[in-house]
Order: sequence, then C-alpha cells, then structure tokens
Amino acid sequence: MAAPLALRALQAVAEGVEKQPSPLAPKPAEIIVGVVAFALLFFFMRAKVWPNFEKAFRDRAEAIEGGISKAEKAQAEAAALKADFERQLAQSRSDAAQQREAARAEGQQIVEEMRAKAQAEAERIVTAAHEQIASDRAAAAASLRSEIGTLAVQLASRIVGESLEDQARQSRVVDRFLEEIDATAGQAR
Amino acid sequence: MIYALVPTQFTPPGPIDFEYPGIAGTFVTKPMLIIVLGSVAVAWFLWAASRRAAIVPGKLQYTGEALYGFVRNQIAIDSIGREGIKYVPYLATLFFFVAALNISGIIPLVQFPATSRIAIPLFLAIITWAIFNYIGMRRVGVGHYFKAMMFPPGIPKPVYVLLAPIELLSTFFFRPITLCLRLTFNMFAGHLVLLLSILGGEYLLTKTGGVVGYAAGSVSILGGIVLTAFEGFVQLLQAYVFTLLSALYIGGALADEH
Repeated sequence: MAAPLALRALQAVAEGVEKQPSPLAPKPAEIIVGVVAFALLFFFMRAKVWPNFEKAFRDRAEAIEGGISKAEKAQAEAAALKADFERQLAQSRSDAAQQREAARAEGQQIVEEMRAKAQAEAERIVTAAHEQIASDRAAAAASLRSEIGTLAVQLASRIVGESLEDQARQSRVVDRFLEEIDATAGQAR
Repeated sequence: MIYALVPTQFTPPGPIDFEYPGIAGTFVTKPMLIIVLGSVAVAWFLWAASRRAAIVPGKLQYTGEALYGFVRNQIAIDSIGREGIKYVPYLATLFFFVAALNISGIIPLVQFPATSRIAIPLFLAIITWAIFNYIGMRRVGVGHYFKAMMFPPGIPKPVYVLLAPIELLSTFFFRPITLCLRLTFNMFAGHLVLLLSILGGEYLLTKTGGVVGYAAGSVSILGGIVLTAFEGFVQLLQAYVFTLLSALYIGGALADEH
C-alpha cells in the first residue's frame, strides 16, 4: 500500500513539474497591454507631468537668483543712500561751522565799527565844544575890549571933568562910576 | 491537481503560481490589471504632485520632485551628461513604471510583482536596446557604429579575432537579454521566496501542527514578513538598476569611441 502511494506521489510531482509553464515564455497579450500602458504613460507624463516639474525647478532657481540679485540691489541702494546722507550731514556740519564763524566775524566787525563811530562822535563833540569855547571867549574878549574902551573913556572924562583935587573925590567918582556900571549891567541883564 | 492525489503533501510553489486564470474572460488576468492599475497609479500620483508646480512645494509635490529629480540628476545627467536631459522623459517613465510594477509584489492584497512576467521586462529591454542602438547608428552611421563597437582602437591586431565577436555579442545581444532576465528573475525569485515562506509557514501551522510545526511555522511566517521588507528594497533597487543601465547604454552610444 505504501509503495504504490509513494510511486503515485512521485508520478504526480513529475507530472506537476512537467506541467509547470515556463517563466521564460512571454505571453503576447501581456506584451500588448504592457506596451500600450507604457506608451500611454510615457506620452501622458511627457505632456502633463515632467514639464511641470521642470517648470517648478526653473521657477525656483529663478526665484532664488532673482531674490539674491534683488537683495544685492537693495543693499547697494541702501549703501548709496547712506553715503549720500553722510555727505549731506558733513556738508551741513561744515556749513554750520562756516556760518557760525562768519557770524562771529561779522559781530566783531560791527562792534569795531560801532566803537570807531562812537569814538569819532566823541572826538567831534569835544572838538565842537572846544571850538565853541574858543569862539565864546573870542566874542567875550572882543566885546570886553570895546566896552572897556568906552568905559575907560567915560571914566577918564569924568575924572577930568570933576577935577581931581582930592583923594576922596577921586574915590567917590570911581565908586559912582562902578555903581553906574553895575546899574547898567543890571538893566542890561 | 497534486492536492487531489496526495492531500497530505506540501506542494512547493513553482512557476504555476505565476499563472493566473482570467478574471473576466481569459484576457483580463491579475497581472494585466496590475499593469493597467500600476500605470494609472503612477500617472495619477505624479500628476497630482506636479499639477501646482509651486515654487514652495507641499509635501506631495516635494515627494514627486525628489523622485523625478533623482532620476533626472542622479541617473540621467550623471551617467549621460548634459545631453541626458533629452532622455529624462523616457528614463523617468521607465523608472516609475518598473518601480510600480515591482512594488505591486508587496502591496497588501495585490501581492504580485507584474514584472516577474517576462513579457514586461522583455519589451522594456527591447525599447532601451532600440533607443541606444538607434542613437549610436544615427550619430556615426551604421558601419562605423559596428566598427567602433567591435574594433575598439589601441589593441593588438590578433586580439580582435577574439574581441570582435565578444564585443558584438555583449553589446548587441547580451545587453538586452541580461537587462530583461535580471529584472524578471529578481522579481520571480523574490516572489517565489515570499510564497514559500508564507505558504510553507501556513502549512506547518495548520497541517503539521505539534511543537515542531508551530515553532517552524512561526519562524517561517516571521521570516516571510522580514523578507517582504527586504523584497521592497530589492524591488526599488531593481527599478533603479534597470533605469541606470538603460541610461548607461544610452550614454555609451552618445559618447565618443570608447
């Protein structure tokens, strides 16, 4: 019983092995379906998928490059602006210093001028005063001279007219004369 | 068939497990559905990821871009050079198509790598072969192309007796064959190993029983889970290898006489 069973099993295995299909034999239907599927996939991907990936790569590279160049440009602009501001600041600083200097010089000049003017004025006033005094004096001297002459003549004529006998008379005459002068002077005043 | 005859014997998985009966008619089988749905999934995922093409990408777009960028820069441009950009549409489609049909091997419920069906690596290898030969022939002419291939300069004359046929075979015939078989049987073997660990473990747990059965069955199932993770790695790696070799062949055809 055991021997026939083993024999039958062996036979079955042999049959099975014989019946096994060859893995090397391609099935035409699979080739056809495979080729069609692969071709459709290829054309679909070429039209719809790969260009999008390439576009994304390109866009990204451009975005990065553009960003870098933009940043560089902004940096250059900022640097230029900063230099400009610094230049302006220095300019205005030196301007201010110059103006301050000019103002001080001007102020000093004005003070000098004023001083000179005041001095000249003072001198002028002094000179005018001197002149005035001199002329007053001259006028006084002139008038004095003429009056003294007259007075002397009057006095002399009196003295001569009254006779010059005694001392008392003489002094009376002089006193009277002086009183008259005083009176005339008081009238004149 | 064998079950009916010897019900107590474990039937190891074999090439028969790669043959699926038609779901609706004989044409619509599981591998067929995987081919179609895998392509649709790839198209949908990458279309959704690339649709907005924003400068600042979201998570989805970032993932799509990283994968596409990997094929574009690490595979196409690195192995072909600047000119490689022209072949990125083919190489990227190739990578995602193969990756999707490989990964279907570990996606729950799908769990079958469609690329283990030789039909798919076969036509992909033929496309790559046609492209790189066409490029080479168009660039230097048919005669010069074969002459440059078989008679590389700077070698003693008698050596050409050996070298010429080897070069012709390796470049013109073995390249597409190895490209096809490498992918097919990596996927085939990987799937077979997973089947064996899972089905074997199941058999040990349910049919054999006992201490030995449970212990060995558990180890087998756990091993199957670990191998599934490993398979995922292999599947992505093989998609990369297929694409990289395609790129290298194209690059070789574009380069000056080697």
